[in-house]
Amino acid sequence: MSTAMSAALVSAAGEPNLLYSDVEDDLRASVRELLTDRCTPAGVLARLDLDPPHDLDLWRSLGGLGLAGLLVPEAAGGAGGTAREAAVVLEELGRFVAPVPYLSSAVTAAAALLACPDGAPSLAEDLAGTASGETIAVLAVPASWTATDPFPGALPGAARLEGDGLRGRVTSVMDAEAAGLLLVPAGRGGVPVLVAVPAGGDRLRITPRTSLDTTRRISDVELDGQGGAGAARVLAVGEAAEQAVSKALWTAAGLLASEQLGVAEWCLQTTVDYVRQRRQFARPVGSFQALKHRLADLWAGIGQARTAARYAADCLARGAPDTPVAVAMAQSMCSEVAVLAAEECIQLHGGIGMTWEHPAHLYLKRARSSHVALGTPGRHRADLARLVDLPPPG
Amino acid sequence: MTAEVTGQPAGPAAGEVTEDDVRHRVQDLLAGHDPATTPRLEFLRARFDAGLAWVHYPVGLGGLGLPRQLQAVVNAELAAAGAPDNDPRRIGIGLGMAAPTILRFGTDEQRRRFLRPLWTGEEVWCQLFSEPGAGSDLASLATRAVPEAAPAGAAAADGPDGAGGAGSADGATRPGWVVEGQKVWTSSAHNARWGILLARTDPSVPKHQGLTYFIADMHAPGVEVRPLRQITGEAEFNEVFLTGVRIPDAHRLGEVGQGWQVAQTTLMNERVAIGGGAMPRESFTIGVAAQAWRRRPDLRAAHLHDPLIRLWVEWEVFRLTGIRLRQQLAAGAPGPEGSANKLVFARLNQAVTALELELTGEEGLGYDDWTSRRPAVVDLAGREAGYRYLRARGNSIEGGTSEILRNIIAERVLGLPPEPRADRDLPWKDLPR
Repeated sequence: MSTAMSAALVSAAGEPNLLYSDVEDDLRASVRELLTDRCTPAGVLARLDLDPPHDLDLWRSLGGLGLAGLLVPEAAGGAGGTAREAAVVLEELGRFVAPVPYLSSAVTAAAALLACPDGAPSLAEDLAGTASGETIAVLAVPASWTATDPFPGALPGAARLEGDGLRGRVTSVMDAEAAGLLLVPAGRGGVPVLVAVPAGGDRLRITPRTSLDTTRRISDVELDGQGGAGAARVLAVGEAAEQAVSKALWTAAGLLASEQLGVAEWCLQTTVDYVRQRRQFARPVGSFQALKHRLADLWAGIGQARTAARYAADCLARGAPDTPVAVAMAQSMCSEVAVLAAEECIQLHGGIGMTWEHPAHLYLKRARSSHVALGTPGRHRADLARLVDLPPPG
Repeated sequence: MTAEVTGQPAGPAAGEVTEDDVRHRVQDLLAGHDPATTPRLEFLRARFDAGLAWVHYPVGLGGLGLPRQLQAVVNAELAAAGAPDNDPRRIGIGLGMAAPTILRFGTDEQRRRFLRPLWTGEEVWCQLFSEPGAGSDLASLATRAVPEAAPAGAAAADGPDGAGGAGSADGATRPGWVVEGQKVWTSSAHNARWGILLARTDPSVPKHQGLTYFIADMHAPGVEVRPLRQITGEAEFNEVFLTGVRIPDAHRLGEVGQGWQVAQTTLMNERVAIGGGAMPRESFTIGVAAQAWRRRPDLRAAHLHDPLIRLWVEWEVFRLTGIRLRQQLAAGAPGPEGSANKLVFARLNQAVTALELELTGEEGLGYDDWTSRRPAVVDLAGREAGYRYLRARGNSIEGGTSEILRNIIAERVLGLPPEPRADRDLPWKDLPR
């Protein structure tokens, strides 16, 4: 038995807390209240015609509640929460498919900044700005990147830090168009570095792509000497840079599962409400077993997804040794449940589900983009196979 | 319904008793009854009398009226001391189904008479519900119980075993009952002393209203038990023929005509019993399949790798869901998700055993033994791949089919409307057959 295997089995000893605490319930209630008021389906749909699609007023309100700084200690300007609370916020943001860069800035970028060595230039300011929500920070990696991929700056064609600043191109970066600060993994003479640069100015071009997920667009980032003339702030070097990026991507992938859970729950609830009132053949269509059984299976699947998401959040919050297993499991399961829920939502709504005016498509698009984001389920299962000593053939 | 099942009466001491208090009680028990020298049954009886059998049961009935989660403290302490347990897998129907029903609907006499030997395993219980003509539609069952003709002018005597007085709210002692019918899929019937029996006492009312719940003496004249061989070759279950079986009225559980409501308690607990349980990672059939993959690189087929890992994930999340449900229960907020766990278990166990059989390739063409046997304990993860696969087919049938469970979830949890039904309001005797 390999050591990876032993670690995975032993970790079951300390029992995780898979419930929601009273504090987390209260947090959920306040986020839901805000979103019910400020993030209606009609409002999100109307925003599809706006450019950029982010709802920055809503973002500021979330920041005002201290939610952008949940992962950041109070001493660093944050709210001193944990991944468990951030997960609850993400469940609600998923439920409303809220067009705010919470996952990108408050989770991924915040986790990257937190993992940088103390004393890096302006790190404290970046962290405080991100925690308050005043700064939208984005880790400039492709949307599908995972913690077990190589350091992005190490690849051919990746961003590199030279004497006159950052040069290179990063494709498919989530929420980059909303960013005020970019955290760019780059190579400097072959050494990994994590570099902070402002997202504005004429030495950087952010080109939004027409995106499948209209509420969380991707952009291509081209760096043409950004942060040049010695102004690039190197936050971490070598192994520290690699660890900051992988820590950020573990956290992001693990907590994305909670957003996916929220997406799935909205799809189930909306579909249940619909089939209860939609009548055909002189009875509610929800009284037909063919539909009931599908919805019962979906409900059971969402229950399992909730366990997986809670377990990942709890492991991240505790820094548990089982975190890589928990994150891989959560991504394997929640990505698929969210897609299934959104597809069932469209199908069981019949024709109305195919219309632009019904919000179901927002959830399908979010579920599909999240399926790829931060690693596909199959990718996470391949990682898991190594962690639990179930190697592929050959 | 779940709250009724789990919200057992908590004694006045609940909330004040700490884990340490419970540990002291265990130490007192051990001090008076050294497990190394005390005969097993004597120890179990003493444990019951000390209220350490099931601490959430009332004082005097094997419990202390404490929160259910303190039982884990008791079990751990006793296991550490090398104390014998009551072999819960052998008496699962008594513990998981009969006991909660007797606790909730039994008279004081019935509780005192039946719960102690049930818990110690001195008396094994079986469940006489399903019939050849009443499976998913249990409420349509046809086994009849008719009042015994009382000898003219003579008051009926108390029932045997001193458990008289059931249902004597009107102060009169009622005549007993005579039961006629056939039951099926009865595990443990051949070992059982008692059976929980659902029988029709009034065919002239709609089917759910004419049922009454009894405790049947499996040693009574007219009870015939025949093994029922299944696709695995084993005979885990029985057919039970009831011919003129007399049951004293003192062995009625709940009111006449209330049988369906009483049975709901039994059935909810059955699903809890089947779906629950704490186990380590890679327990059970997924552990068997994972070990086969590790041990036998020659069997690893490329197309089975991702399905295996997917099932590994689903199984581990299912296991964690069991922990989450237990935590919810301990926090006093049992969710409806328990009703999904049996559904999930059936699907996963079928998928895992099928994958393992595929993994074994040509070796899976063999079978260990078709001899008809009567296993005392059924180990779903035991024997060989072929057995595990075949036995798993029953997981989505026994204890409520997956189809019925989906209906229950859809209607009770999701609030979807019921199918239009013709059988609900007609008198049972007038139902189309």
